[in-house]
Amino acid sequence: MSSKEWPLWEVFIRSKQGLSHKHVGSLRAADAQMAIDNARDVYTRRSEGISIWVIESKLVTASDPDESAELFEPADSKIYRHPTFYNVPDGISHM
Amino acid sequence: MSTKNIEELEKEFQAKIDADIKIEPNDWMPEAYRKTLMRQISQHAHSEIVGMLPEGNWITRAPSLKRKAVLLAKVQDEAGHGLYLYSAAETLGLDRESSIDDLHSGKAKYSSIFNYPTLSWADMGTIGWLVDGAAIMNQVPLCRCSYGPYARAMVRVCKEESFHQRQGFEIVSLLANGTPEQKQMVQDSLNRFWWPALMMFGPNDDNSPNSAQSVKWKIKRMSNDELRQQFIDVTVLQAEMVGLTIPDKDLKWNEATGHYDFGAINWEEFNQVIQGNGPCNKDRIDARRNAKENGAWVREAANAFAEKRKKKELTH
Ligand SMILES: [Fe+2]
Ligand SMILES: [Fe+2]
Repeated sequence: MSSKEWPLWEVFIRSKQGLSHKHVGSLRAADAQMAIDNARDVYTRRSEGISIWVIESKLVTASDPDESAELFEPADSKIYRHPTFYNVPDGISHM
Repeated sequence: MSTKNIEELEKEFQAKIDADIKIEPNDWMPEAYRKTLMRQISQHAHSEIVGMLPEGNWITRAPSLKRKAVLLAKVQDEAGHGLYLYSAAETLGLDRESSIDDLHSGKAKYSSIFNYPTLSWADMGTIGWLVDGAAIMNQVPLCRCSYGPYARAMVRVCKEESFHQRQGFEIVSLLANGTPEQKQMVQDSLNRFWWPALMMFGPNDDNSPNSAQSVKWKIKRMSNDELRQQFIDVTVLQAEMVGLTIPDKDLKWNEATGHYDFGAINWEEFNQVIQGNGPCNKDRIDARRNAKENGAWVREAANAFAEKRKKKELTH
C-alpha cells in the first residue's frame, strides 16, 4: 500500500471571461494536471468556472497576521489617497 | 513572534469573535478552539463520506434513468462536501490520512443517521427530504461560523444541499400520491426515519456540556433543541401537504408557544448507535475500509503516472 501522501494544491477559478481567478479552496492530487482534473470535479460541478489555476500550497508565501498592524498601517494614515479627501466647490460636476 | 501573554491573546481573540471578525488559519487561536473545530469539522467530513453509502445502495436499482442520474449527482455532491470539509480541517493542522484512519478504526464519530439501513426506494425520498433537510437546518447557521474556512465551505455546501432536499421531497410526494402500495411504502419509510432524523440535532441542550463554549466562540449559533424545534415546525406541514402521518402520537400544535409539542426521543437508542451498536455501523465502516484498501492501486497508479509525466517533462 502506498504511504506517499499527495501534495496539497490551492485552487483558483475564473468564473467567467473578464473576471479574475479567485481562490475557492484546496485539494490533494499526485501532480498539477491531476489537481486540475480533480478541481474540475470538486469545484465546477455546476458550471462555476471556465478556467482553473492550481498551485502547490507549500509554494504560497503569506504575510504574517501578527504583523498586519505594522504592515498595513502606512495606508491607513494616507487618507489623501482617496478622492473624498478633497473639497470640490458646489456646482462642479463630472469630477 | 508575539510577546503577549496567553491571557492577552485570549482576550483579543474573544474580542474579535464578539465583533464578528472571522478567524483565519494563520491567526492566533486558543488550542481548545482549534481542537473543538478540528473534531467538529472532521466528524462533519466523515458524515458526508459515510453518508454516501446508504444512498449508494440504490444507484443501481433506481426506478428510471432520470432518477439514477439525479441520485448519482447527489451522491457525488456528498463526496465533494467531504472534500471541502477535510480541506477546511487541514487548515487547522489536521492530518487527513490519520483522521481517516481514526474513522476506520471506530475512534472518530460521524452522524448517527447513516447507521440505519435503506430498505426501499422510498428511503431515497425520505433521506433527501428529512436527512438533507435536517442537515440544512444545522448547516445554515454554520455559514456564519467564526472560523473562515469552515464558514466558506458551508456556504458552498448549503447552495448544493437545496437540490438534495427537493429531489427527495419530489420522490416522497410522487409516491404519496401514487398507488396504495406506493403510499404504504413511503409511509413506512417515514415511520423508520422520523425519529433518527430528530436525533441528528444531537442531545438535548441540558445534556450537551460543550455547547455553551461553542456558542461563545460562535462556532455554534443555535442550540440543538432550537434547531430540532425549527425542523419539526416546518416538516410537519410538509408531511400534511402530501398526506403522510408523522409517527408521533404526542405531536400537537401548541398555541401558546407557537411551536409543535412532540413526544419523547429515545436517547438510549441514540447512544447505542453513537457507540457503534446501530443496525449498520459495522457495514458502514467495513465498506469504507474496503474502499480504501481496494482503491490503493488507483492511488499508486496516480503516483506512478505523476512520476512518469515528470520524467518526460524533464527530458523534453
Ligand atoms: Fe452533504
Ligand atoms: Fe446532501
